[in-house]
Parts: sequence; C-alpha cells; structure tokens
Amino acid sequence: MAEVIERLKELWNKYEEANGRLKELDPVFQEPYHPDVAEKLYNPQRPMENRITDIGPPYFWQFMPPIVQKNFGKWKSHQIIQPGVIKRVSETGDTIYVVRCGTPRLETTDYIREICEIADKYCDGYVRWTTRNNVEFVVDSEEKLRALLEDLKNRKHPNGSYKFPVGGTGAGVSNIVHTQGWIHCHTPAIDASGVVKALMDELFEYFGSHKLPAKTKLALACCLNMCGAVHCSDIAIVGIHRKPPFVEDERLEAVCEIPLTIASCPLGAIRPATVEIDGKKKKTVRVNVERCMFCGNCYTMCPAMPLADGEGDCITIVVGGKVSNRISPPRFSRVVLTGIPNEPPRWPTTVKWVKHILEVYSKYARKYERVGDWIQRIGWEKFFELTDIPFTEKCIDDYRLAYVSYRTSTHFKFTKHVKTKLEDYFIQK
Amino acid sequence: MSEVKKHDTPMVDELKKGPWPSFVDDIYSYGEKHKKQAPFDLMGQLELSYKHKETHWKHGGIVGVFGYGGGVIGRYSDQQEMFPAIWAFHTIRVNQPGAKWYHTSALRKLCEMWDHRGSGLVNFHGSTGDVILLGTVTEQLEYIFFDLTYQLHWDLGGSGSNFRTPSCCMGYSLCEWCLFDVQEMEYEMCKHFQDELHRPAFPYKFKFKFSGCPLDCVASVARADLSFVGIWRDDIKINQEAVRAYVNGELPPNAGAFSDRDWGPFDIKKEVIDLCPTQCMYWDEKEQKLYINNKECNKCMHCIAVMPEALRPGDDRGVCILIGAKSVILEGAQLSTILIPFMKTEPPYDEIKDLVYKIWDWWMEQGKNRERVGELIQRVGLNRFLVDVLGIEPLPQHILMPRVDPYIFWREEEVPGGWTRDLVEFRKRHPA
Repeated sequence: MAEVIERLKELWNKYEEANGRLKELDPVFQEPYHPDVAEKLYNPQRPMENRITDIGPPYFWQFMPPIVQKNFGKWKSHQIIQPGVIKRVSETGDTIYVVRCGTPRLETTDYIREICEIADKYCDGYVRWTTRNNVEFVVDSEEKLRALLEDLKNRKHPNGSYKFPVGGTGAGVSNIVHTQGWIHCHTPAIDASGVVKALMDELFEYFGSHKLPAKTKLALACCLNMCGAVHCSDIAIVGIHRKPPFVEDERLEAVCEIPLTIASCPLGAIRPATVEIDGKKKKTVRVNVERCMFCGNCYTMCPAMPLADGEGDCITIVVGGKVSNRISPPRFSRVVLTGIPNEPPRWPTTVKWVKHILEVYSKYARKYERVGDWIQRIGWEKFFELTDIPFTEKCIDDYRLAYVSYRTSTHFKFTKHVKTKLEDYFIQK
Repeated sequence: MSEVKKHDTPMVDELKKGPWPSFVDDIYSYGEKHKKQAPFDLMGQLELSYKHKETHWKHGGIVGVFGYGGGVIGRYSDQQEMFPAIWAFHTIRVNQPGAKWYHTSALRKLCEMWDHRGSGLVNFHGSTGDVILLGTVTEQLEYIFFDLTYQLHWDLGGSGSNFRTPSCCMGYSLCEWCLFDVQEMEYEMCKHFQDELHRPAFPYKFKFKFSGCPLDCVASVARADLSFVGIWRDDIKINQEAVRAYVNGELPPNAGAFSDRDWGPFDIKKEVIDLCPTQCMYWDEKEQKLYINNKECNKCMHCIAVMPEALRPGDDRGVCILIGAKSVILEGAQLSTILIPFMKTEPPYDEIKDLVYKIWDWWMEQGKNRERVGELIQRVGLNRFLVDVLGIEPLPQHILMPRVDPYIFWREEEVPGGWTRDLVEFRKRHPA
C-alpha cells in the first residue's frame, strides 16, 4: 500500500511539473485502480492532509488519437458518405471516418465499457462524445469502417433495442438533448429518459436517414428550468406544472429563508404571513394564486412549497427555434401546444404530435429550411392550419416583451381561422 | 453479497421495447451482472413515479467535499423504506475534457472507481458538459474525490452559484470550419478560474461556451453567459473548379446531408445565391464563375456549408464575444447579445480574463440573488453596461436597430450648462 501511494505521488509530481498540460497520455491511467488507497490518503481528522484541489479536467490533447493530433486544425473538408458516417480529409492528405451513434445519455458503466471495447478494437482506444449525446468512433481506413459498422449493427440489448444506432448527421433528426426527469431530479413535471426513448423509437427512421428538409434538433426539458437548449430547438418538449405550490406552514420557517422565498417570485405573488399552530406563532408565506404562473422558482428556493402534481402537470410543445447563424439568425422556439397529458410509459399523445409536426414540416418545407425558417416564410397562421393544431389563447404571450409577438400589420394569410361576419368571431358558448 | 430484491416494474419494462437504445435494459442488465440493489431500486422508484406521475426525489440536501462549494448535488429518495439502496443517491459532476475526447484507459478506470464507490449509473454527458456520476452516499464523497484527484488527475465540475464547467464544440480536432482553438481556450479559462468554479460566490450561475464558427454547435448563444464564437473578416476562399463540380453534379451538395430524398439536380442559383441573406453572391453562368462581394457578407456560413469542397472561411480569424444568454427562468429566455464583435486573441488570453473580472465584479456587486448577468444588463440597460461599467465604445454591431423612444437618460455633464438652474431668472422670463 505504501508503495502504491508513493507511486501515485510520483505520478502527481509529473503531472504538476507539466502543470497538467500533458501532450502524451498521463501514465496515471496505466496504473490500475486501487480501491483502497483513498481510505489511506483521506484523514477525516485532518481533511486538508494530502488533498489535491483545483486541477480541472485532464488536458484534452492526451485524449486525441495521433491522427487527430497530427491533423489538428488542418482539416480541409468533409463528406457524409452515409447517414452517421463522416469522411474527413486533411490538408496533409490523411483521411478519417467518423462514425456517430446515438446513446440514451442515461447509461451504466457496463455500457461505457462496451464503448471502450469498441474503441480499443477499432480506434486504438480513443473515442469522443458530441454535444448531443452521440458517441463518435474515429477510424482511419474504409476496411475498419465496414467492420466497425457491421459490429455496431449487431450489438443489441436483451430485448432487441440497438445499443449503438448509427446516424444523427445531415438532414435528419439528431439525438435529443434532455434532462434528468423522474430518474434523478427533484423539480420535474414529467420524466425525461422515458419520453425521449418513446419519441426516438417512433422517430428512429429519421435518426438514421437524410430525408428531411434540414437538420432537425429536438430537445426535452422536464421543467421550466430547462437544463438544455429547449428554448432554441426545432421541436422541443417541456414539462410544466399547473397547480400553485403547497405552503407547508408547520415547517416552512425551519427549512426556508422567507425573504429569499418572497424575492424568488418573478411576479411578486408571495407575501409574508404569520399563522398559529398549536398555540405557537409560525412565520410562513401566502401565495396569491391568481398571479401564479407555475414557474416553480419558489420551490427551488423553498422545499416547503412543492408544486408537482400527477394530475395537473402536463406537457408543452415548442417549435421553430435554432442556434445556428446559417441563413437566418438564432431564434427562440414558440409555444404551439400545451396541456398535453403526461402519459407514462409511452406518452402517446406527445409522441403523436411531435411526429405529426415533423412530418408536416417535412412535406411542406423547402430544402435547407429549418422548422423556424419554414414557419417564418409561410406565417404562423399557416403553420396552425397545415398542422391542424388548434390555436388557443395559451399561445398568445402575456409575459415580458409580449407585445413584440403581436401582429402589427395587415400582412396575414386567409387561413381557416379568418371569418366573414363579426358574430362568427365570438367564442361559441 | 446477498441476493438482490427485484421490484415489479410493468410500465418501465415497456421501455425495453423498440429500436432506440433502452436505458431500462441497460440498467437491469447491469444490476443482474453486478448483483447490485441500487439499479433495481432505481427502476422500482421510477415505476412508482410512472404510477403517481410525480418525482420521488426529495428537495436538495447540501453535501460536498471539503473546501469546495460545488460539484456534488445531494439527492435523497422520499421512499426510503421501499428503496433503501437509493435512500441517498447524490450526483457527482466530473469536469469533461475538451471536446469530450477520452482514452479508454481513463474511461475504464473512472468506471471501476464508480462501480466501487457508486451506483454504476452515469450520464455522458450532462447538459452543461460534465460527466455525471449518478448515485452515491455522503460517506463516499471524500474517497471519490481523492480517487479522482490521485488516481485519475481529474477534478469536479461546477454547480450552484458559481462559474460552471465550460464547454466547447469539436473544434480543430475534427472540424475544418473551426476558427480558433476552442479546446485550448476552454482549458485555459477552466484552469484559470478554478477558484470561481469550485467556490460559489456569485449571485447565480455563470457559463462560458466556445463555438468554433457561427454554426454554434454548442448552442453558446442560447445557453452561455459569455459565448465565444469564431469568426473571420477577410474573403471567403473560393475554389472555382470545385464550385463547377457542384454545379455539374459531381459533388453532393451540403456534404451529402440530403442524400435520402430526391431534391432534383443541384441549382446554385436557387440553393446558394438566392438564399444568401445579404444577397452578396453572383453566379456567372457564362463564365461559370462564382463572385462574392465579401464586404457585404455577414458570415452566415450557408454557402460554405452547401459547398464545403469549394468554399472555406477566410484566414483573418478571431473571436466574437456575446453576453447574457439564458433560458426562461426567471425574466424570460434571452439569447446572447454582441459584446465584442471581433478580436484577435492568443493564449493565455489575459485581456479576456481581465474583461471577465470586470464583468464579474460589477455583477457580484449589483446582481440580485438568482439574477443572471443577462437579466442584470436588461435591468440596467445595455448602453449603461457598455459605457459606464466596461468603458466600451458603443457600436452599431451591438444592436439590431436603434431605439424607438427618445427617453434618453442624459447625464448632467452632457447637457450645456448642467442641471443647476436659476428659478428666479426662469420666472423673470416666464411669469407663472
């Protein structure tokens, strides 16, 4: 044991000499994992003893394959030779093939080890992930490429799902960026991994093909905190709450800071209050429910104000956002459908609507038009007509900067929404 | 280890079906193989959530490693008797390497550590970029940290009101359009701001993201408080022969991105010239030559993306810095807005670090609890932020259009004679 610790300290000194900027693979990774040294290094009585801090991540250079190091910054062009396979050519004449596979993001170490096994077999032990939860294997010959693709196709989970579906490139649906949901979060309105699985099962053919008018990025956030760029995605799903928070008078003052709780409400709907419980005065808060927009920020600040509700929580679909500057500037997604029931385990209504929107877009959009560009060209009234999504008051903004979304011209199209007589505009009781 | 207890999970089991990788199959296989209870309890609790349509994780719980205020998020089940193996199931954020490259020796070792000290469940990766290790107990936290630092030379990521783990696109490592070394800059900034990353002292979170070009593959303009986007300012490089190859159908448009649908033969006029947002391109049919009026180009990248073999970004490259993106909580979603339209920079990027400190000092002084910097700029005004806070000259590039209302907050020194006036003299001229 003392020997192991000595060796680890030597390796640490080497790392420090290079200030972490190692150009070659850190020898620490060749050292086997020792499951019991931490117990020897960490001393609860003297917590600062032996402590290494503030070192950041391993330097990226050591983790890139030699062919990537050699051609770093020298790539000349690329071609997607089939969905999920990108051929990249360098100024040096080198060629690589990058194979992109979807992953569920929520995984086990065994799944990661299987990725390692593939990377060891075909890629000299190097592998990377994309920002959209895809894993990428880089090979340097067509021969290896064919063998790798064949291998990937045959790797399946016990019940038949592909472990590593190849795709996510070009004019298709790319892997869904998503959040934790019921698997691991305390604020969600809906699940995340389950909805994503249900959705990608249904959109599977679009992940592995190039038949859409442009790249289509999907995202899912299980609550309004939106851990993921849902607000700028082509089509995205957001879980929302619809009931005002509970106020647990008995424990609120013990677990929440009341001024912070009050300040957390963007609409000023929370005020301080005092109640009497069993003859004891307790400080608490009251919520003006008329003003509540169910954002859940109070619950983030105060655990005694839970608002999740199996019956009330629902799904909202937003569309038309993007982050790329290509042709048109980045823009936000917009709410088109809300109040969709939360339906585990397969969320059929949500899946049906997303697929429907995707297919209407696919049918009518022009080549290169992202969902938002298409809607921009045809107008939102046309979008609602073509998709048959019922337009409701819920789609009309009434929060900050709402006015900029109102129509200030007579530039509109005569869709089915426009009537002939004034009386026809009134809501039928 | 004793035999594991399995829960009945008919709804969750539905997600074993279908072609997309099933996390349920993966998690159950892992539990069976390693005879671990936590994966079974996790699926059991998920089944209960599917039944109740509500989460069964309690609110927060402050846990961490000594000397750090972030990187670990406490998580406790509210069904402790039913699912004892996940009664505490904390999250560890592990700072991912640049562009998410790994060597399997590092990954395997990380997996071994996590099998030993945690549930074996992970996210590759969290939305901000970290590797997420899901599920351990408080007693393991220090050992995990010592394992990470001693056996992997690896550190935790950020959480809470601090500088969050920065992230970048694939950069120079794989992409021909990358215009600055996003991986190097991400690494340098991450190393330099380690104190801010580990010890929360901000009003709220602060994110950096680095995208090599205006296609912005890390969604920096949607999610980062400071977005760094590569951009060039000279002429797009044209290979006329390759342009003709596209026109003649010898090369697939957009690198083959449209291969599974018949869009008809490539039409350079319709697909490139007419879609150019600044109308700065011209295809001379007779000469078979492409002309670009580069002074009018706004670097949208469309023509380059359609004809990657023929067009390339110019060589005079730099970084555009934008500020203030965030999602809807609280004051509504914001995209980043331009702060520095273009600048040249080299490691160690000291001038940018100074700018960052200037922004943070102001935000830490003026920002309200849970107010992102973009919201504070909204509250104070972009003009005040640029001029009074940073001393930056306002430029037309900072805005999309000038203001509508003339309600200008003039400063006293800008007005001839100042604001101190003689009322008696005024009334002499204008009897009340």
